[in-house]
Amino acid sequence: MNFTLKIWRQKNANAKGSFQTYPLKDVSPEMSFLEMLDYLNNQLIARGNEPVTFEHDCREGICGSCGLYINGRPHGPQRSTTTCELHMRDFKDGETIVIEPWRSKAFPVIKDLIVDRSSFERIMHAGGFVNVNVGCAPESNSNPIGKLIADKVFDAAACIGCGACVAACKNSSAMLYAAAKIAQYAMIPQGKVEAKERVDKMVKQMDAEGFGFCSNTYACEFDCPKGISTDFIALMNREFFSSKACKQKHA
Amino acid sequence: MKKSVINLSSLSQKYVMALAGMFLMIFLIFHLATNLLMLAGDGGKAFSEAVTFLTESPLVKIMEYVLFAGFLIHILLGLVLQWHNYRSRPVKYHTRLRSETSTFSRFMFHTGVIIFVFLVIHLINFFFIRLGWVAQPDHAAHQHDFYSMAVVLFQNPWYTAIYLVSFVFLGFHLKHAFQSSFQSLGLNHTKYTPVIKVIGIIYAIAISVGFAIIPVYFLFFY
Ligand code: HEM
Ligand code: FES
Repeated sequence: MNFTLKIWRQKNANAKGSFQTYPLKDVSPEMSFLEMLDYLNNQLIARGNEPVTFEHDCREGICGSCGLYINGRPHGPQRSTTTCELHMRDFKDGETIVIEPWRSKAFPVIKDLIVDRSSFERIMHAGGFVNVNVGCAPESNSNPIGKLIADKVFDAAACIGCGACVAACKNSSAMLYAAAKIAQYAMIPQGKVEAKERVDKMVKQMDAEGFGFCSNTYACEFDCPKGISTDFIALMNREFFSSKACKQKHA
Repeated sequence: MKKSVINLSSLSQKYVMALAGMFLMIFLIFHLATNLLMLAGDGGKAFSEAVTFLTESPLVKIMEYVLFAGFLIHILLGLVLQWHNYRSRPVKYHTRLRSETSTFSRFMFHTGVIIFVFLVIHLINFFFIRLGWVAQPDHAAHQHDFYSMAVVLFQNPWYTAIYLVSFVFLGFHLKHAFQSSFQSLGLNHTKYTPVIKVIGIIYAIAISVGFAIIPVYFLFFY
């Protein structure tokens, strides 16, 4: 297959970037999208040019680092698919493919297609954990959790933090991410203890990072490679309200 | 780390927006119910009686201020949200496919602005007269006769057109707004949310068609 690639190139965080066009010939339909970029980079290096910088790690859809905005969609045209799981057979031969980094004030570009997603990390640092006294592993049945709740928590925990929700949202809002991270603790006994404090701190940090607000367009759910549901955003809204409404004054 | 213009968390602002919006949606039901009395075919007698009752009720007088505040809060916060959301993506995408989710949700600000323009025209047409800010049309038989004012107004096809177009956009706004306000308040449920969405569509159509019947009636059938 032959493609024309239109790729965002930007030397560093402060440089002014621009699109560069690269024709690419003899691409195998079985190549993953990232393999296609490797293939391009090998040719660029052979010609003595700077390769295209993009982020990747697991290449099996679990680490969340490979987010690219491909032809107007986060992670490309396939639903429930990360860029690394996308294959060139999903494109038309001869097609022009536009590849951009995530665009958000809270995700500044570091180089070419890589953005700095440490704003997500800071939201987690603000409260995305459970404080426990470290000892030996607790007996597994000492915290009974219903199957339905366990499944829901697992759905929330499926978030890989790739940032597609922010990229997809017209407001570049991080509410789906924050909601999934809040929900994965809020529904189980281990996390409930600190639930109110957690939602308060995490929302505060999310706001401080400069993400937009939620307009309930649900574009995030549509473009999330893990299909995280916007039901979790409603859950976050509930949790937040109860954290405010039932806040106790400290002596 | 620049905060939004208002020193309230993102979720609190969404709460206020949704509550103000819900209040306005309830107001629309009462407003429509009163207006439909114009179609009673009694020369506006039932309608005028209802208006007299309402304007003399102390509760309605208080609610008028609450309503004004509701609009003000909803509109100002809408502007603030839109401004903040716009700034959260300083560099726009080169190629952006249309989102495949709800269309109207992306145009809440735009439909809101159209409703606001309509609101100004509407207040000039009717409400400001009561405050003495605008002169009453000569043809209206007696003071504050909203029925005759409506008759005069809607026999002008331009006004009828402006009102009808505005009701269409109001319907678009409400179609998303209804279910969105529940979601913003965290009122989401696997069993009831689909029901809320259907009620929202029925509500949006009922409100815009309901209001639209009145100018159409006066233009063509009066
Ligand atoms: C009778 C008139 C109106 C009613 C009943 C109404 C109702 C609503 C409701 C219920 C919502 C959903 C709130 C949420 O999702 O949390 C909403 C959203 C919104 N409204 Fe209105 N509205 C009206 C007029 C206006 C006007 C005049 C504006 C002017 C700017 C406006 C701007 C907005 C905006 C920008 C949003 C979306 C906020 C967001 O992105 O989350 N609305 N409206
Ligand atoms: S590289 Fe890990 S999810 Fe794609």
